[in-house]
Amino acid sequence: MPRWVRHRYASLVVLAVVIALLPLLFPSSYYYRVAALVWVSALAAIGLNILMGKAGQVSLGHAGFFGIGAYAVAIGPTHLGVPPLASLLIGAVLSAALAYLVGRPILRLKGHYLAIATLGLGVLVALVITTEIRWTGGPDGMPVKKLVVFGWRASGADTWYWITAGMLLIGTWLALNLDDTPTGRAFRALHDSEIAARVAGVHVDRFKLQAFVIAAVYASLAGSALALMNGFVNPDQAGFLHSVEMVTMVVLGGLGSVIGSIVGAAVLIMLPQALTVFQEYEHLLLGFLIIVSMIFMRDGIVPMLAKLPGRRA
Amino acid sequence: MSVLSVSDIGISFGGLKAIDGVGFSVEAGEIFSIIGPNGAGKTTLFNVISGLYTAGQGRIELGGQDVTGLAPDELAARGLSRTFQNLQIFQRMTAVENVMVGRHLREKCNLFADLFRLPSVSRQNATTRDAALALLDEVGLRADADKLAGSLSYGACKRLEIARALAAEPRVLLLDEPAAGCNAVETEEIDALISRVAKKGVAVVLVEHDMKLVMKISDRILVLERGCPLIEGTPQQVLADPAVLEAYLGKHGAREAARA
Repeated sequence: MPRWVRHRYASLVVLAVVIALLPLLFPSSYYYRVAALVWVSALAAIGLNILMGKAGQVSLGHAGFFGIGAYAVAIGPTHLGVPPLASLLIGAVLSAALAYLVGRPILRLKGHYLAIATLGLGVLVALVITTEIRWTGGPDGMPVKKLVVFGWRASGADTWYWITAGMLLIGTWLALNLDDTPTGRAFRALHDSEIAARVAGVHVDRFKLQAFVIAAVYASLAGSALALMNGFVNPDQAGFLHSVEMVTMVVLGGLGSVIGSIVGAAVLIMLPQALTVFQEYEHLLLGFLIIVSMIFMRDGIVPMLAKLPGRRA
Repeated sequence: MSVLSVSDIGISFGGLKAIDGVGFSVEAGEIFSIIGPNGAGKTTLFNVISGLYTAGQGRIELGGQDVTGLAPDELAARGLSRTFQNLQIFQRMTAVENVMVGRHLREKCNLFADLFRLPSVSRQNATTRDAALALLDEVGLRADADKLAGSLSYGACKRLEIARALAAEPRVLLLDEPAAGCNAVETEEIDALISRVAKKGVAVVLVEHDMKLVMKISDRILVLERGCPLIEGTPQQVLADPAVLEAYLGKHGAREAARA
């Protein structure tokens, strides 16, 4: 394998090239939309992967933060007169604050207990969104005003393709940066042995909290982007099934692999589109494929490919 | 003045006194060994000193300061480092990364600087890596620096743990059975390594079953039996004490040994 492949930013360059060239293959604007969906999901998955793959802490309620981001850009401009871009930032700050406050007590829990606690957090956010009908439109969802920046209206699938791709590139860059730094090493250390990390002087609670907040902000920004792109939000985006979908993207693509999260998101977004030819068997087949790939590629798609004969991970 | 001083430590698990009234003090540059039969409470004592367990009674002082009940990371910041009997290495990190984590306290760590990978982060990384490589050299693992720690042999992992503990530049180093599972050559290397570390002024507290190693390198030895101190003294004093033999072999065994 050539040396450049092992460079820290090799995957970032490949991603940028793919993003730049992909539209040449698109026969219609529908493809722009699907690709933009992949970029948004991948952004959320990369954040969650920092928490799950690096720091080794599970979250089954991450769609809650996605929902906060989505509803921030819906409620801000509609009810409070806050411009969309400011609403997006407020959503991210709110998500970070919630993750910080809730994370402090629940990140002391381990394994299954943490999974259930985060699940509860996600359910709670979804519950608030469905019941506060006056603000959120309840189960029907609500429309989102178009993003306008200095008089320029962001609309159209191709425009959102580039916006979400830009967000994904920045998100990927930051995640790759983290890997070989004191913070990144602390995450991975506490994942492998919390005791040894503590004894080495790593303030384990603080780093778990940092990973949780980072993941929350990624999810929130992804949620805001999706809501602005769709011009509509509904409570499903904050729901349990979406949380599970995010976890599946991370695990399927490969825990700890930044590019894996993008691949995982791509598979989970595009596969259902490809499987529509099977009509009512679509979901059955999707579930079956996920089971099979977890049996034969337990480390996830990207780490598995990296281990193929003649290559080094 | 003693760097580490432990007095009247006691801890119970569900009514069972695992350690009762144990105390000792270690000076800079000294090698102090704690021995005793299985279940004597050696590792439990280490866990109390390194802050993993909270003692029910007693007092621990580090460099003259009371550190009783502090968390492991706070103790690490005050100069206490340790290794583990059952390996606690970071399996999915490379050997050099393991040691780099050991330098965590010596590094500036700022989330935003790290996320944006500021030039200062890269510079510090290079410094940390060099220091870690030097330590790997010291324990004879330089060639394995970029291998995953999970792929190293048992003996190599033991030495990796020592390198990681040393990376923090501790004042007190607790070694829990560093030679367990090592062959004669490896044990020899560890023996030399421990002596070198102590020569640099680090207080070494050693729990070890390899009696040859213990008798050879220890300045003083504390013998524990069923959680209680039996005798403390130089290797010669300990070897000469009939109570020690009895603790290890039982009354009958000690008589047989004396006859032989």
